[in-house]
Amino acid sequence: MDATVATSVRFVPREPDGWFTRLFDNKAFLTALCMLPTAGLLLVFLTYPLGLGLWLSLTDTTIGQPGNFIGLDNFVSLAQDPVFWMSVTNTIMYTVVATVGKFLLGLWLAMLLNNHIPFKAFIRAIVLLPWIVPTVLSAIAWWWIYDPQFSIISYLLVDVLHLRTTYIDFLGTPWNARGSLVVANIWRGIPFVAITLLAGLQTISPSLYEAAMLDGASSWQRFHRITVPLLMPILSVALTLSVLFTFSDFQLVYAITRGGPFNTTQLMATLAFQRAIPGSQLGEGAAIAVSMIPFLVAATLLCFFGVGRRKWQQGSDND
Amino acid sequence: MIQRLTRRQSLTVGAATLGAATLGATTLPLAGARAADDDVPTADVKPPAFKIESGAKLRVLRPAKFVDPDEVFFRANTKKFTDATGVDVRLDFVSWEDLRPQTAVAANTGAGPDIIVGFSADPQIYASKLVSMNDLAGYLGAKYGGWFQLAELYGTKWGTKDWLSIPMGGSTGPTVYRMSWLKQAGYDKVPDDLNEFLVMAQKLKQIGHPVGFALGHAVGDANGFADWLLWTHGASLTDAQGKVSLDSKETIAALNYAKDFYPHMISGTLSWNDSGNNKAFAAGDISLTFNGVSIYYVCKNSSDPALKAIAADTNHQLVPRGVSKQNPSSALVVNAMLFQHSKYPNAAKEYLRFMMEKEQYGPWLANCLGYWSNPLKAYSKMGFWDADPKLKPYASGMDTPYYDSYKGPISAASSAVAANYTLVDMFASVATGNATPEAAVKLAARQAARYLKG
Repeated sequence: MDATVATSVRFVPREPDGWFTRLFDNKAFLTALCMLPTAGLLLVFLTYPLGLGLWLSLTDTTIGQPGNFIGLDNFVSLAQDPVFWMSVTNTIMYTVVATVGKFLLGLWLAMLLNNHIPFKAFIRAIVLLPWIVPTVLSAIAWWWIYDPQFSIISYLLVDVLHLRTTYIDFLGTPWNARGSLVVANIWRGIPFVAITLLAGLQTISPSLYEAAMLDGASSWQRFHRITVPLLMPILSVALTLSVLFTFSDFQLVYAITRGGPFNTTQLMATLAFQRAIPGSQLGEGAAIAVSMIPFLVAATLLCFFGVGRRKWQQGSDND
Repeated sequence: MIQRLTRRQSLTVGAATLGAATLGATTLPLAGARAADDDVPTADVKPPAFKIESGAKLRVLRPAKFVDPDEVFFRANTKKFTDATGVDVRLDFVSWEDLRPQTAVAANTGAGPDIIVGFSADPQIYASKLVSMNDLAGYLGAKYGGWFQLAELYGTKWGTKDWLSIPMGGSTGPTVYRMSWLKQAGYDKVPDDLNEFLVMAQKLKQIGHPVGFALGHAVGDANGFADWLLWTHGASLTDAQGKVSLDSKETIAALNYAKDFYPHMISGTLSWNDSGNNKAFAAGDISLTFNGVSIYYVCKNSSDPALKAIAADTNHQLVPRGVSKQNPSSALVVNAMLFQHSKYPNAAKEYLRFMMEKEQYGPWLANCLGYWSNPLKAYSKMGFWDADPKLKPYASGMDTPYYDSYKGPISAASSAVAANYTLVDMFASVATGNATPEAAVKLAARQAARYLKG
């Protein structure tokens, strides 16, 4: 019996794909299609507001009246406005001092939390609280703490401990007010820095420290030669984000001083809001907001390429 | 002497005032809850016939309340209107900050609420988009003894007699003071003369009960104090043509006065926001300030005996006049605008007429206990003003020729100057010795000229 089965295979040429199938087989098209929703979201929620802000800054729009294109007039007028320049100086000063404070204290806190301590997880969660609490709530709490008549600090110093005879005017003089706001900002920013750096610290292998100790390195040397260089990558990211948050801070200052006394705590973000919304000058407010962009870009580049550069970390030209 | 509040008690009062322009809400007092409309003298005037369109329904937007009766009675009156006419009214209350942007959107898109109860200068900004109110304002004025000057200024198109809106009330800030402490300093009432006022402040500080006025970025209180300093010295932000006229010898005199006055105030007023003086007054830290009725209202309606005692010792008086012939104080006016995009203008006008009639307006006004000052003169005759004579100064709160950016035309720029604290910062920098009067006035004039005519 013939056990074989005739298996004649007939070649049938495949019908050429339709344009639709070809289109969807095209990698470039598929990539574009998959990215479309994201691109659409970015376009609507990012590009459009940014573009509108840029356009408004070139017009004299006020609330209630559509404006006309006036070129760079808003910027020229701001350049001659001492209040604007004070807000620029304040913003830079606020960002620099608060960021340095946040990083010094944040790093210190991260190193403390990196040790083995009882209730470690709980304490680490608690530390995050200032960062979790809505800023406006913590701002109101600070506003009470700094109140000229009801400050808890003054109350303790004057009425309980009798160390002073008068209440401290935290927000009533320019430098007191600036200092008080920086302290509040540092308080709020420390958890972010501490937790980020803690994550970085935990990636450093303990064997490096052991080796260093065997070689007789002091604790300062271990910090300086091991901890700092290995933390640099995460430090540069945390620094960039922290600078961006601080530079564009609005809520703390708005809730506590509204830029007073006589604009000495006015930041660019608060001034932009004050001129645009309560003051109705949308064009001018947008121009102030747009003026923040070059500063933000410069700060980002500095943090990213400056601190992130290996040359700085290792003292060699190993880029 | 009245017992001083503990720190915690005063925090409670402060918390009640927090975030608001001036006010803290407490429980509904219903102190003058009786109809309170039979004591309004009216003229016999035939109401204009607004024929309500069939199927009419309305949307009304107004600022959020700071005292409960403001909303309760406004809603009750609106419901009465719906019951009487069958016109469905959707009434929305929005926060004060959000109201202006929402008004702008409604005006520019030609859609949204039929009636928006906006703020002082808003009708001037949207004049071309509003329905004329000449008929209704004429009727209300004729029936209720005429409009106070401030109502006319803010209700009519600048420089004309054309009514753009119906002013519904004004929030004003007369002197609020502690009677016993003034007496202790040798005064039965607050002197009108500025030098005497300064001496009184000095004496009050000497007996440990200083006065206090906001000089920080407090949009209501600090601007009110700065305006008062200007107007009592005969100075003004602009001249009649709207040109900035700040750089004058009168302004310099006002600045010098502020400099002399500042050391007699309680310290810390440079950081006060709009609730700063409320808290300090309720804590017994200050003896005198300028404010809305909120301080008295909160203390009077509190269940705390210490606060009730403060209310009993508190009195109000119109602000000192200085060289001004009339009350040198303005008010934040709420102004009802009817937009041309409304499909039911007659129903909307009828609604506003209904809300302003004594049967509705009377109980609303009476229960707000002076929070709103009335724009129509006849309402000053209502019995509740006399039932608690301490409220009396609020009855004439809108009887004043002064407004933001006085004496030039009312415009959007007026509010821009106030929002930027131009005058407040001028006074604060001189009072604290951070600038000379001459330098501060030049800087402020330049700042003001960015929005007004230079």
